[in-house]
Amino acid sequence: MSTTSLPNSPFAALNRGPLAYVALTAYILVTSALMLMNTRTSLGTDVLFILFLLSFLLLYRAKVSNSYKLALGAIMLIGVVPYFGTMNAYYIELAIQAGIFVALAIGLNVVVGFAGLLDLGYVAFFAVGAYLWGIFSTDQIGQISPGASPVASQLFYLFMALGLFVGAFFGVLLGLPVLRLRGDYLAIVTLGLGEVIRVLAVNLDRPINITNGSQGIKSIARPPLPDFLRALFPGLNDPQLYQLFIYALALLVVGLTVLTVFRLKHSRIGRAWEAIREDETAAIAMGVPLVRMKLMAFAVGASFAGVMGVLFAAKQQFINPPTFDLIRSIGILAMVILGGMGSIPGVILGGVLVTLLDLQILPRIATELSALKRQGIVIPDWFDPAQYQRALFGLLLIIMMIFRPEGILPDQRRHEEAHATEDQEALAEVETGEATPA
Amino acid sequence: MAITADAIPAPASRRTLRMTLAGVFGPLGQVFIFVVGSAIVLSVITVLVAFLLRGTRTNVDLVQATLTILPQVIVDGLVRGFLFATIALGYTMVYGVLEFINFAHGEIFMVGAFSGAALGAALAASGIVNALPPLLFVLIAVIVGMAVSGTLAVTIERIAYRPLRNAPRLVPLISAIGVSLLLQDGMRLIANVTGLGFNARFPTPNFGPPLQLAQIPAADGRTIPLILDVRALIFIVAATLMLIGLNYLVNATKLGTAIRAVAQDRPTASLMGINVNQIIALTFLIGGALGGAAGVLFGIRVGTVNPYIGFLPGLKAFTAAVLGGIGNIPGAMVGGIVLGFLEAFVASYLSLLTGGAFSGASYADIVAFAILILILIFRPSGLLGEAVAQKV
Repeated sequence: MSTTSLPNSPFAALNRGPLAYVALTAYILVTSALMLMNTRTSLGTDVLFILFLLSFLLLYRAKVSNSYKLALGAIMLIGVVPYFGTMNAYYIELAIQAGIFVALAIGLNVVVGFAGLLDLGYVAFFAVGAYLWGIFSTDQIGQISPGASPVASQLFYLFMALGLFVGAFFGVLLGLPVLRLRGDYLAIVTLGLGEVIRVLAVNLDRPINITNGSQGIKSIARPPLPDFLRALFPGLNDPQLYQLFIYALALLVVGLTVLTVFRLKHSRIGRAWEAIREDETAAIAMGVPLVRMKLMAFAVGASFAGVMGVLFAAKQQFINPPTFDLIRSIGILAMVILGGMGSIPGVILGGVLVTLLDLQILPRIATELSALKRQGIVIPDWFDPAQYQRALFGLLLIIMMIFRPEGILPDQRRHEEAHATEDQEALAEVETGEATPA
Repeated sequence: MAITADAIPAPASRRTLRMTLAGVFGPLGQVFIFVVGSAIVLSVITVLVAFLLRGTRTNVDLVQATLTILPQVIVDGLVRGFLFATIALGYTMVYGVLEFINFAHGEIFMVGAFSGAALGAALAASGIVNALPPLLFVLIAVIVGMAVSGTLAVTIERIAYRPLRNAPRLVPLISAIGVSLLLQDGMRLIANVTGLGFNARFPTPNFGPPLQLAQIPAADGRTIPLILDVRALIFIVAATLMLIGLNYLVNATKLGTAIRAVAQDRPTASLMGINVNQIIALTFLIGGALGGAAGVLFGIRVGTVNPYIGFLPGLKAFTAAVLGGIGNIPGAMVGGIVLGFLEAFVASYLSLLTGGAFSGASYADIVAFAILILILIFRPSGLLGEAVAQKV
C-alpha cells in the first residue's frame, strides 16, 4: 500500500521529483475543469466529482513539498468546491454532509482509534448538540419554561461553543459508569446508552414537552447570513449563499477538529491513550492515570459531536429522533474502520468514502436503474440499492475486519501491530531457508 | 468464565441416574425458584406502590386496577422471561467457549422466526395449514426454525468469526456487528424477493379460544376472567422442554462434557483429544438452534415478523445473560426470567401508576439497559456467576 514499497512500479517516477508536481497539477486542473464544465446532476458528473475528490488522496500520497500540498488543497477546498457548489446545489450539499461526517468520524476516532474504547452510541452526543440548538432556537423552549422565548439567531456561535461543553459533559456522564468495563462489554453498554438517548428523545414530550417526541423540532433557526458574503458575491441568491456559508462553517469545524486531534495525538495525552489501548495493565504500571485519560477520550470525542450537532440542526432546520438511531453510529464506526482506526488521514478518507457511498453512489445506482426500467429493461421492484444501507455498512465491517483490520490508510503503529506476527513468520521462514523468492 | 453446572458430574461410565436427573432438573429447579420469587417480589412491590399512591388519583381505584391485571402481567412476564432465556442461552454458550459476544445472535433469532413464517406461508398457500393439528404445526415449524438458524449460526462462525479467532478482542466483535446488519438487510431482501413482505404474516392453524383459568370476582360485582392464550402456553411449555433438553445435553452427555472442557481451558481440552473447532461449531449450532426455536415460537405468538425484530430482544437477552452471569447456563435462564418479569411489570404498570405521564412500553427498554449497566458496575459476575479475576 505504501508508495515506497513499490520502487519498480511504472508510476513511481510520477511520484517523485519535478514530474510529480507536473502530474499532480495536471490531474487536478483536468478534473477540476471537467467537473466545472459539467454542472448537471448526472452519473457522469458523479464520476467526475469522485475523480476530483481522488485528487485529495493523490495530493496526500504524492512526494511534493508540504507547502505545495497545502496550497493546492486550500485552493480546491476554498475555491473549486464552493464555485462548483454555486452551480450545482446537490454537490455542495454532499460536500457539507461529508464534512459533518468527517468531523464525527474524527471525533469517534479519538475514542475508538486512539483510546481503543469501542463506542457504539456515539451519535447520542451528536443528538445532544442538535437538540441543544433545536430546543433553544425555537418555540420549543417556551414549552419547557412558559414565557421563555427563543434565543436570537446571532447566538448560534455561542451555542456552537456551548455544544462543545455540553457534548463533553455528556461524554463524561456516559463515560463514568462504563469505564470499568472491558472492551466488548463497553461496546454493548454504549450501544444501550445511545438507544436510551434516542428513546428519551422520542418519549420526553410527556410529562413536560422537552423534545416534542417523535414529531421532532421544526423550523430551527439558522445563523444570520454575514453581510460581507452578500457583498462579496452579489450575483448569488440567499439559498446559495446559505449553502456556501454552512459549507464554510463545516470546513472550519473540520479544520479545527483535525488540528486539535492531530496535536492531541502527538502529545502526552495521545501517547497515554495509545498506551491504554495497547495494554491497560502496563499503562497503569507506567503511571498513566487510567480513569482521567479514558474520560478525557470520551469527552474530547463527544465534544466534537456536540459542536457538529449544533451545526447540523442549523443546516437541516429540522431534527427528529430517527436521525440519531443506531445505524448512524454504526455508519460513523464504519468510516473509522474503513479508513483505519487511529489514523487521521485514513478516517477523513473513510468519512468521505462512506458518505459518498451512502448518499451519492447508492442513490445514483438506484436512479440509473429506474431510468433503465423506464426504457423497458426488466428490473425487479425489490432491487433498490439505496434501501440497503445496513447491508453496505455490514459488509464493509466484515470485509475490513477479515482482510484489512488496520484500514485503508493505516496508522503506522497499528499497521505494524497488525502484521507483526506475519513478519515474524516470514522471518522464520527466511531463517529456515524455506522462503520462496518473492 | 466456564460453563458451570450445579452437579459436578462423574465420568460417564460411573454416572448414576440420580446424578443425571440432578444435572438435568437442578438448574430447572433454580429457574422455578426465580420464577416464583420474581413474581412474588414484584407483585408485592407493585401493590405496595399502588397502595401508597392510592390517594393521588380520584378517577380510578389504583389498588384494584393493579390487582385486576396482575395475573395477566405475571403470564406476560413468564412468556417474556422464557423468550429472553432461550435467546440468552445462545449468547452465554458462545461466550463460555470463546469469550466473545456474538452480536448477530438476535438476527439468528429473527431468521428463525422468518423461516417459520415462510413455512407457514407455504403451507397456507397449499391450503393444508388449517388441516394440520396445531401442535404438529408448532413442532414442524420449530424443527425447521432450529435447522435453519443452527446452520446459519455455524456458517457465520466459519466465515466471519473463525478467521478472526486470534485477533484482538474488538476485531471479531466488529465483524459480528457487521454480520448482524448484513443479516437484517439480507433477510429484508429475501423477504421482498420471495413475496413474504417486510411485515411477514405468520400463518398458523387456529389455536382455539384462550383458556379460561378462573373467574376473579371484582369489588363491583363483575367478574374478571383470568385467561391464558394457548400460544403463550405453548411458548412456555416448549421453552421449558428445550431447557430440559439443553441441560441433559450439557450436563449428562459426553458431548456436554467436551463443551464444558473447551469452555474451561481450550488448549488443555485440545490436548485431551477434543476437536476444539468441532465443539465450537457445535456450540454455535446449539445456540443458534435454540435462538431459531425461540424465533418461531415468538412469531407464532405475535403473528407477524419483520427483519428488525431480532435486534431489541437480542440486546435484552444479552442483558439477561449478563444478569445471570455470562458464560453460565443456568444463569442465562435465571437472568432471562428475572428480566422478563421486570419488563412486564414496568411495561404494564408504569403508565398506570404515573397517571400516563410515562409510557411503560418505551421505558421498559430503558429499564433493561439500566439493569445492564448497574449489573456490570456492581456485580459483573451476575446473579449466579462467581467472581473471576481478569486474565492479564
